[in-house]
Amino acid sequence: MRWRRAQGERRRFGCFSILASLIAMVVLGLAMIFRPQSMPTSQSLLAAQAQPRASALRRASSFASIEDPKTRSLALFQEAGRVIEHPRCMNCHPRSDRPTQTSAMRPHMPWVTRGPDNAGAPTLRCATCHRDVNFEASGVPGSPKWKLAPIEMAWQGETLGEICRQILDPSRSHMSRAQLLHHMTEDELVGWAWHPGGNREPAPGSQAEFGSLISAWLDTGAKCPA
Amino acid sequence: MTDAPASKRRFQMTRRKMILGGTLAGGALVIGYTATHPMQAAGALLSGGGPEPEESAFGSFIRISPDGWVTVVNKQQELGQGIHAGLAAMIAEELDADWDRVRVVSARANFRAYGPQITAGSRSVASNWNPMRNAGAAARAMFVAAAAMRWSVPRRLIDVRDGVVSHGPSGRSATFSELLADAGRQATPQTPVLKEAKDYRLIGTDRVRRKDSLPKSIGAQIYTQDVQLPDLLVAMVAHSPRFGGRLARFDAVAARSVRGVVDVFAIETGVAVVAKNTFAARRGRNALTIEWDNSEAEKRSTADLVRYFHDVAAGRTDVEPSDFHSKGEDPEAAFSADAVEFSFDFPYLAHAPMETLDCVARVDGWDVKIISGSHLATVDQVQAARVALTVPGRVDVDVIPAGGSFGRRGIMGADYLVECVRIAKRMPRRPIKLIWTREDEMSSGFFRPMSHHRVLVELGKDGFPARWRHRTVSQPLLPLGPNAQAVEGVAESPYLAAAKVIDGKIYSPTFSVPVAFWRSVGHSHNAMVMEHIVDQLARRVGRDPAGYRRALYRRAGAKRHLAVLHELCRRAGWGTGLEAGWARGLAIHECFGTVVGQIAEVRIDEGRPIVRRVVAVVDCGIAISPDQIAAQMEGGIGFGLSAALFGAVTIKDGVVQETNFDSYPVIRMNEMPSIETYILPSTNRPTGMGEPGVPPIAPAIANAILALTGSPTNSLPMLQAGASNGGFSFPHRTVA
Amino acid sequence: MAYSLWVNGKTHHVDEDGQTPLLWVLRDALKLTGTKYGCGVAQCGACTVHIDGQPVRSCSFPLEAASAAQIVTIEGCDGAEANAIRNAWVTRDVPQCGFCQSGQIMSAVALLRATPAPSDAEIDLAMSGNICRCGTYNRIRAAIHDAAGQVRSTQS
Repeated sequence: MRWRRAQGERRRFGCFSILASLIAMVVLGLAMIFRPQSMPTSQSLLAAQAQPRASALRRASSFASIEDPKTRSLALFQEAGRVIEHPRCMNCHPRSDRPTQTSAMRPHMPWVTRGPDNAGAPTLRCATCHRDVNFEASGVPGSPKWKLAPIEMAWQGETLGEICRQILDPSRSHMSRAQLLHHMTEDELVGWAWHPGGNREPAPGSQAEFGSLISAWLDTGAKCPA
Repeated sequence: MTDAPASKRRFQMTRRKMILGGTLAGGALVIGYTATHPMQAAGALLSGGGPEPEESAFGSFIRISPDGWVTVVNKQQELGQGIHAGLAAMIAEELDADWDRVRVVSARANFRAYGPQITAGSRSVASNWNPMRNAGAAARAMFVAAAAMRWSVPRRLIDVRDGVVSHGPSGRSATFSELLADAGRQATPQTPVLKEAKDYRLIGTDRVRRKDSLPKSIGAQIYTQDVQLPDLLVAMVAHSPRFGGRLARFDAVAARSVRGVVDVFAIETGVAVVAKNTFAARRGRNALTIEWDNSEAEKRSTADLVRYFHDVAAGRTDVEPSDFHSKGEDPEAAFSADAVEFSFDFPYLAHAPMETLDCVARVDGWDVKIISGSHLATVDQVQAARVALTVPGRVDVDVIPAGGSFGRRGIMGADYLVECVRIAKRMPRRPIKLIWTREDEMSSGFFRPMSHHRVLVELGKDGFPARWRHRTVSQPLLPLGPNAQAVEGVAESPYLAAAKVIDGKIYSPTFSVPVAFWRSVGHSHNAMVMEHIVDQLARRVGRDPAGYRRALYRRAGAKRHLAVLHELCRRAGWGTGLEAGWARGLAIHECFGTVVGQIAEVRIDEGRPIVRRVVAVVDCGIAISPDQIAAQMEGGIGFGLSAALFGAVTIKDGVVQETNFDSYPVIRMNEMPSIETYILPSTNRPTGMGEPGVPPIAPAIANAILALTGSPTNSLPMLQAGASNGGFSFPHRTVA
Repeated sequence: MAYSLWVNGKTHHVDEDGQTPLLWVLRDALKLTGTKYGCGVAQCGACTVHIDGQPVRSCSFPLEAASAAQIVTIEGCDGAEANAIRNAWVTRDVPQCGFCQSGQIMSAVALLRATPAPSDAEIDLAMSGNICRCGTYNRIRAAIHDAAGQVRSTQS
């Protein structure tokens, strides 16, 4: 393309590129305006709700066929152990001052510590984030008594047998058997494990089923696995 | 000049650079050229437009008000790095202004007034060093001329200090405000005389401090997230969970019934929900049912990609390498059997700035108004024009400070900004505030690319590298060009300068996981590669890592590295004893012209490295603000430490697994080491500080671990934080 | 649903769903934008406010529970500790991008009120719920010590 230059004017290098760019812009613009529009519009679809489901817990009555009370007691505790060793329970029974979280039981994020009353350091209480109910909007779980089990009740890293002996030892559990039964069957913080909210997998069965297992286990002599 | 109408004045400037940039066909293309007259009407329309800057006799960057306050116009993006104070100090120094009466405002996007407004590559200080000093010196000369005329004294006897112009012999003096009208009438000198570094009164002193600490300490700083406008609507977008996934079908009935939701519609990047407030938009989005078309989506997992990268490096794929560095005789010849082999793997990393991505846009016919913490204001302007089908000159970008970025707001395609303009275009004349949740930000891609490195080193008889073979596999950051970012810090390494034969090749596979610039870019992994290799070589030949480096720097003539090494060893007590269980690790790396050395004191506690102290030495040329250089060093080390210890974005079947700070942990208060920063005195032109503090910390820790355990670190992060994010994610409902 | 909220000494009336996080009520309805959204899941602390004197993440606190409480945000945070903290923050040029600092300051003020002379370990305990991506932690720590000293010296 030839561009007539006025006499005496200095050379310009910019004209061609400006023109080319202009044409490119126009072409591009037109192509955009007239390009086929294929944006979908709303239509009726079936929503699939992927809520984590709890696995079932065997009922205490189903152990009645085991005649030997000791064997039955052990079997009952083994079944209850599926709840006890579930991350929903274990996460708040850490070996250290720091709780764990998620089904992978990784250290609690952010870094928090149990503090003097197991409910957080005085300046970073559990209640800074956790309230008396699960909060759907933030996904943060909650319960009125949200706190860690005392360090004497650390379960993580212990065998089911060790946990068993620990909860039966009043010097460590700070509970009589009646209180233990009440803790397992009625305590609302324990009960949270079956209603953990968010995408968390609940503990197996229900608290009532778990309570009846514990009750039957105590009634059959509260035997502990090795 | 003052009486010309604005539209005409626009075309009277004789030399004008224009930018026409955009992602033509998805790629970034920036054309800069100079125009003089005939096409200027069209040119101005196409060029970065927006409102003209406030009229000032002292140019685009300086305004002086009748009360004597100096207002510096910051053309760069303030995202925490303190650039506003750096630029203001350059001007105030040459102007001899009273620093306590200098304030800084952000420039709107305007290419004609300010040139390219691109904040990248730690170049804001270096690229503005001359323009800002010249602007300040020119304004000073105008005050001197005004005073000389008023007092009828020679200019050379006039001094300016802290905003007061004085004539020593007569004892006369006047403030900027008293001379303002006269000074404004003086001719602007084209080549004002600049001070010599030894005469600086402000630059290099602790008086150069941030100007924004007060508003940021009382909650008064306005970020994009905080913008309030009449009739403002808030938008959120449901994006494909997989890269390359496309919207197939969606059901908006439930979303529309959420109280506060105003509209729901499909856009190019997903389904937009527009609502009266943020939480309504979020609830609306959660109520969407969406089917995605994954036929072209990325469905691999991180482990597949790592395997693929290893295959690429071994030449088992169709990805062709290109040379980035080749020298000496027959570089591709086989290496001897006793050559040392190294292998490194690095993960994807998210930027995770504290402010998630957000933008405010309003489209009214041809006019677009943007408010955003915009990194590349003039590029964003073109991108906004492209999707709004207007011209950049009709796009007004109001650049406000960003709550961090680390590169995420500097995407050439301006993904989040473009998305906001698309929504605003569907809702004409309504300002739209697009908010991305943390989950949106972390799963959106534009990660620091993952990479694999294979290095083979043949040592000479003297124990130093004689032949060096380097293979890097990394996705390219730019659609065109040699993928130089992937090997920055390798190609110019002093360790290579000392070797006789070099065979450096880079493989640049492309696939749909988007990658981007991340604070310190290629240096973020290459410093680890080079510095950790050198430590291993030193130990192999039984030499002290500092002494080994010293010899290599001497051979390469790397004087700045030598000076940094010397000061670093002195300050950190290199070679002196530490308590049992502790060790020091050393790393020195040049990044964007700045040489940084760091020594970390590390111990291992239950397999976890604990870093208690980092000593850092930097050569960044003339130090403008020592306090902010230290701040950037501290910040860079914290940022690099997060990545070194636990930074990793992984994908599983194409879906990003780390979506918030629970699964993508970053350094917290209890994990931050103490940091001492020492600045080497220099009279060289200043270089940047925003990024160079990041690269050395990972190899410094790895080298300390090597000293403690004898084991090298072949991949980052050093700790595998739980990849699971059970319970905490908050995804919208999705039908797979 | 209508709720009345006591924020920074004033009563406000808002008409929002009770399950709305306090954060969004403060920001969108009351235009108190000093309180920031950073993660939405109580991980980063940018949304920290004081509820009945205790630091709380407002992203994880529902409106329906807030109506009975005394809420203080960064805009209304006052008193000897708050002033000392702000002074120390500015003197040390703590902020970089500044986005997390409202939350940092709310946590720091609560710390000083509970622990007038905190040790480094106590600062870690109180502040580890607040993330700063710019890495200003060391300056935050130093500024808290400064502020503690300032409060002590004005009180003695």
